Amino acid sequence: MTTALETNELGKQYGRRWALHDCTLTIPKGKVVGLVGPNGAGKTTLLHLAVGLITPTSGTIRVLGGRPGDGPSKLAQMGFVAQATPTYAGLSISNHLRMGAWLNPTWDGDLARRRIEQLGLDPRQKTGSLSGGQRAQVALTLAIAKRPDLLLLDEPVAALDPLARREFLQGLMEIVAEHDVTVVLSSHLVADLERVCDYLVVLVTSHVQLAGDVDKLLASHHRLSGLRRDPRSLPASQHVIEESHTDRQSTLLVRSDAPILDPAWTVTPVTLDDLVLAYMGQARDAERAPQPRMSVIR
Amino acid sequence: MIRFAWLQFRLQAAVALGALALLAVMLGFTGPHVVHLYDTTVATCATHAKCSSAITAFQSSFHLLQDLGILVIVVPALIGIFWGAPLVARESETGTNLLVWTQSITRTRWIATKLCLVGLASMAVAGLCSLAITWWSSPFDRVGATQFPAFSQRGVVPIGYAAFAFALGVATGVLIRRTLPAMAATLVGFVAVRVVVTLWVRPNLETKIHTIAALHMTPGMGFDQSNNGPISVVGGHPGDWVFSDHLIDKSGHAVGGNFFNQGACLTNRGFAACVGKLREVLVYQPANRYWVFQWYETAIFLVLALIFGALTFWWMRRRTS
Repeated sequence: MTTALETNELGKQYGRRWALHDCTLTIPKGKVVGLVGPNGAGKTTLLHLAVGLITPTSGTIRVLGGRPGDGPSKLAQMGFVAQATPTYAGLSISNHLRMGAWLNPTWDGDLARRRIEQLGLDPRQKTGSLSGGQRAQVALTLAIAKRPDLLLLDEPVAALDPLARREFLQGLMEIVAEHDVTVVLSSHLVADLERVCDYLVVLVTSHVQLAGDVDKLLASHHRLSGLRRDPRSLPASQHVIEESHTDRQSTLLVRSDAPILDPAWTVTPVTLDDLVLAYMGQARDAERAPQPRMSVIR
Repeated sequence: MIRFAWLQFRLQAAVALGALALLAVMLGFTGPHVVHLYDTTVATCATHAKCSSAITAFQSSFHLLQDLGILVIVVPALIGIFWGAPLVARESETGTNLLVWTQSITRTRWIATKLCLVGLASMAVAGLCSLAITWWSSPFDRVGATQFPAFSQRGVVPIGYAAFAFALGVATGVLIRRTLPAMAATLVGFVAVRVVVTLWVRPNLETKIHTIAALHMTPGMGFDQSNNGPISVVGGHPGDWVFSDHLIDKSGHAVGGNFFNQGACLTNRGFAACVGKLREVLVYQPANRYWVFQWYETAIFLVLALIFGALTFWWMRRRTS
């Protein structure tokens, strides 16, 4: 089995509002997956569905070959760090580790203690008195000491300062290097994830706009600039994702598996950031105006 | 899970234990004095006149501590507000439910363990509190007209109240998901149910007994009349819970007006003949139903607690996250 997470037309409705609607995606095993999308795209809902905190209104979801939250054994396979990394403010770190040991049959106490030690945290300290970065690290420790097969993190670094952000992601990378674990971390900023992800899923209003290995995505997208021309004149193998035009010049972001050979274009590689923004913009434009439109910048 | 539930509950448990210890010390030190006072004054009085003054004197002793009976009424409410309502609501509010529900333990087991541990502790605290007060107050209860006025402060009913208040609090917290509103709603709900049961259910737990019989004057019996209306009998039936007790004449009319202030009734010699013509219409619950009522009412509140416990389970499954 090579898929860690698989959804089919998955939907979750709260009252009359769909928090997630008609979402179909597949996340392969053994990857560090960045789940990127604007606020309200349904990332948190998707992760909560995946870990069994909520049940779907429609469609299906399977994690690690089973139903999410289906009994203690399925829960034991999953690690989850919720948004804003909640912990019991009145309990000490060592009590949190105790909780982990009591509630998880697969608990790795040595790993947890070692990690807290490495972080330079005093186990007697209450988590309410920790900084946001420290608390996030404790939450990550709790999730990883379960020795999960699938680790889900919901915007783990959104509230952290840049230094804490880097340290958190470094810690995550060490875990990935040491353990055989599939990781999904969500963010509305791709820059947070760029250094750690090798697989990217862009989610806009519940729909997957882009999914694939980061390397392949970067290799198959190009930024073309040259004299102004109609994008429709491009070969069929090149799909325009984003275009902007001045009086004289056109700049396009295209997807093409074949190399761009047209000498009229200056071809530059794209960054992950460009890519995500382009696909998000495409989704937004598709929503606002069904027919394609040229945006003219003067 | 029981260990983690205890880890979260131990501070609250310590507070409760401390309060119980304080209560035990206060009552433990003064209790023997109450018994001694009872034995030397009330128990040894010879004549009726002497006894009634001894009882009055005894009843006005230890006034402050006698008022502690209120505690037995308040404790279940406090349990509902401070143990019940925040149990799940605070977790929802701080997001820690997302942490604990994603450990390798089902939510059903999580809530079941917490409900059992804190629920049983609630019942134990209320029970011990009631036991201490009931024991300490027993000499006062013995000299009182009836045990029924202090019904809610004695015996086993406080255990039922505590179980209900706790279960109501938890269920409210699951539904509202915010601590403060859940606490307020719990208080309102608990008081409402208690009032309804006290005023309308308890008097009718068994059919009230209606009797019409010739009036027999007993020591301690008296008459009461307000605004020249019908005359009612007071103090005629020690121990019973009397709802109404009034007098009728031979033709069945209620006796009122200035009946006792005219004719033969005014003279000592004629009084017996004057009241001998009267009959007493009595509606009451007899004293021997006291413990039956205690168990009935406890059962009612325990069933209510179970209903709210079941609702908690149901809502936990439905209102996910």
